[in-house]
Amino acid sequence: METILDHVIAKYNYWIYVVLMMIGFYAMIGKRNLVKKLLGMNIFQTAIILFFISSGAKKGGSIPILDKYAALQGQVDVNQVVNPLPHVLMLTAIVVGVSVTGVALAVMLRIYRKYGTLEEDEILHKIENE
Amino acid sequence: MKSNLHMYVMAAPLLTAFLVNIFGRNNRKVIAPLVLGALGLSSLLAITVLKRTLMLGDLSYTAGAWTPPWGIELLVDPLSALMLLLISAVSFIATFAALPCVKRDLKDRQHIFFTLYLILITGLMGLVLTADAFNLYVMLEITSITTYGLIAMGRGRASLSSFNYIIMGSVAASFYLLGVGYLYLLTGTLNMADIARYLPALQGSAALATALAFILIGLWIKMAFFPLHGWLPRAYTDAPDGAGVLIAPLMTKVTIYLMVRLMLTFQSPTFSLISMDVRTLVIWAAAIGIVCASSLALAQRNLKQMLTYIIIAEVGYMVGGAWLANEQGMTGTLLHIVNDALMTLCLFLAAIAIAYRTGSLHFDHLKGLYQRMPWTMASFTVGAFAMIGVPPTCGFYSKWYLLLGGIEAGQWEFVVALIFSSLVNAVLFFRIIELAYFGSLQDSEHHAHASVQQHEAPWWILSPLALTAVLLIVVGLSTGPLVNNVIRLMVPVGF
Repeated sequence: METILDHVIAKYNYWIYVVLMMIGFYAMIGKRNLVKKLLGMNIFQTAIILFFISSGAKKGGSIPILDKYAALQGQVDVNQVVNPLPHVLMLTAIVVGVSVTGVALAVMLRIYRKYGTLEEDEILHKIENE
Repeated sequence: MKSNLHMYVMAAPLLTAFLVNIFGRNNRKVIAPLVLGALGLSSLLAITVLKRTLMLGDLSYTAGAWTPPWGIELLVDPLSALMLLLISAVSFIATFAALPCVKRDLKDRQHIFFTLYLILITGLMGLVLTADAFNLYVMLEITSITTYGLIAMGRGRASLSSFNYIIMGSVAASFYLLGVGYLYLLTGTLNMADIARYLPALQGSAALATALAFILIGLWIKMAFFPLHGWLPRAYTDAPDGAGVLIAPLMTKVTIYLMVRLMLTFQSPTFSLISMDVRTLVIWAAAIGIVCASSLALAQRNLKQMLTYIIIAEVGYMVGGAWLANEQGMTGTLLHIVNDALMTLCLFLAAIAIAYRTGSLHFDHLKGLYQRMPWTMASFTVGAFAMIGVPPTCGFYSKWYLLLGGIEAGQWEFVVALIFSSLVNAVLFFRIIELAYFGSLQDSEHHAHASVQQHEAPWWILSPLALTAVLLIVVGLSTGPLVNNVIRLMVPVGF
């Protein structure tokens, strides 16, 4: 039992990412309200961002702004510097996430104007009665 | 070899997208020449790129002159040059028909529609060109976001269909991104060729299998592989006519190409997946998918909805064919990507031609169409024969390769599913042909007009339709050179 707990504590950020991802997944599949679905999608994407950022982190690592000459002469210890690439990738992923959310909100606005509700059951009911 | 040529293929629609948005806002007349000009230029350049790659080998462009594996590389080999040509040609042909439909459906928003339309084409080209796993994710999202927008412009329940597609599409892209994340943790690089270099050393690691599983599931959702296909039928049916004719032939096919490309690049883990039971599992899923989607197509009473289920069945053909993991199967899959794009284009063009004149695609309204729209229905018949797999048309040849591959691999369930689906397709299309040819107008509400008048679709829709129908036969007859000169080059010997 202790070993499992140690395992969880040692890599807690990865466990949080999995839990967040499952929460988002549940919201997308289980909830009938479109706003909740969209929030679930955002949580899902945030979980992946956490995963990437965790992968770049190092214990006691400093910011990756290096002295050019020191870097060229190989005097920089890679273990002392956080890996910046996952952060850069996630900047792009955040931009993508924001665009998707924007499009989804715009589409949702159209749905609301047309059906007057954002509950999926009610919308489907209205479509059937048309 | 370093080259900028293939960048121009992609740059033409991208830059024109902005021009369309700026100048098309005030003057609608400039939209058609701009869009057609850009896509025509892309098509011509794509032909040149294909010729060059066949003569000189792969062309590569490094974005911002950062050398790979650090920088993003855009690489074109004969296979991606073929896909590039397919995308630009299909979109060029589809645009002719899209123009009158958009003019009718979206009067004041034509410039917005065509801006998205061109960016979508750019994204599809980017997917084919990129050699960087993360860049692929960005391109995947560019195509998806523009598709969401285009679908939401449709009538009826289009916005709800679009929203469901947004949720599914985002899950798919997130899965893909997660898979890339695992690959990055394992190899420390994002360049696909560079990743492939490190993979043999990681053989059998659980993390690698997880990474590939995430990537594959992401792509399978995007391509609507059978149990993950829920979003496709409604989204493609509700899309405006002008968008459906571009999205339906290209989106799923390009995603299948991506799966094949990743399987060919990451050969060593793919082989270990194949040696495990994964291959049997995927082929069974494909076979069940083909049978179910074909059966569901039988249940539809609307031409466009029926076509969407056929698309899902065709996805099963290609995924199954790729996972047969032999030369015939892989050749069949790659050939079928080209053929299926053209067949779907032909059938969707016919569908929007009919919808343009009759306003409905319900089976009851298709009666007597052969008398009213003889040319449209003749082309539709060619497309239908290709989908069934009647010899002079291209559908026959790729299906033949797939069947040979299935027999060679001893995957009989796949062979049975292919034959079943061809038979169902025959039933589906002959039902429509019967209705349209023998169903008399007197039965329907048109009995007011005693004499039947010919009323063809406008030239803008009819000519691309006729051209595609001819292309189906031309491509079918030139299968030999296509397979020997382009596709076989890319299928590795081990397959």
